[in-house]
Amino acid sequence: MVTVNGEGVNAAGKTVMQYIEEAGYNAQRVVVEKNLVILKKDELSTTVLEDGDTVEILNFVGGG
Amino acid sequence: MIAKEELDRAFDARFAPEIKTKLRSARVAIAGLGGLGSNIAVMLARSGVGHLFLVDFDRVDTTNLNRQAYTIPHLGMNKTDAIKTILGDINPYLDIKTECVRVTPENVATLFGDYGIVCEAFDKPDQKAMLVRELLTQTGATVVSGNGMAGFGDSNEIKTEKINGRLYVCGDLSTDVGDGTGLMAPRVAVCAGHQANKVIQLILK
Repeated sequence: MVTVNGEGVNAAGKTVMQYIEEAGYNAQRVVVEKNLVILKKDELSTTVLEDGDTVEILNFVGGG
Repeated sequence: MIAKEELDRAFDARFAPEIKTKLRSARVAIAGLGGLGSNIAVMLARSGVGHLFLVDFDRVDTTNLNRQAYTIPHLGMNKTDAIKTILGDINPYLDIKTECVRVTPENVATLFGDYGIVCEAFDKPDQKAMLVRELLTQTGATVVSGNGMAGFGDSNEIKTEKINGRLYVCGDLSTDVGDGTGLMAPRVAVCAGHQANKVIQLILK
């Protein structure tokens, strides 16, 4: 299991990009932290999730 | 022009000298000078934050008047020049630096690398995410971001959340512009107040 925003999900083996797109996020609008490290933009596609990973996805909305 | 000593006396009447010293020596950058950034800048200037670096590529237009710090005489000006005028009328003894430029991943480190605290105050969600991501991966800055302040929903839904040791996010995290929900002065100012207060807490901690 991978913990995403506090909830356990079956995402091991997927890249972060695959997971966030399947979960309905727009990859342009998120900042992703995996195991307390902020991922660079190109790392979204290259980072493969493993059991035990903890991921926080911060989704941004418009307005300012 | 009002004397620096007179402004100092007004500040000294409210706070201990060490608070003034910390605020006076603080260096804070604000990226985006719209509804969030212009109001944050005004609040930090009023609070005596001594060194502000303000970045925006845009000019003041009539659609800004509903929530941003600008007034009709500023229409057509670069926001960086307009905000300098406003802050100079609040406290002419602050060190205000500006850059009229669009922030990209390529210039984030150059622009903000010397600042320990950066406020994210953009309006487009992809730009907000880009700035927060690049600041956290390219610089050592602590970031105070605004996320979710459209409409006129409950003010108490706007909160300051600590995401990690270097990232604080202020807002309701969900109310997007669009779908008939625009931005209004009160909720944008509530969110800007959260961001400015977090900055002051970080300076004085």
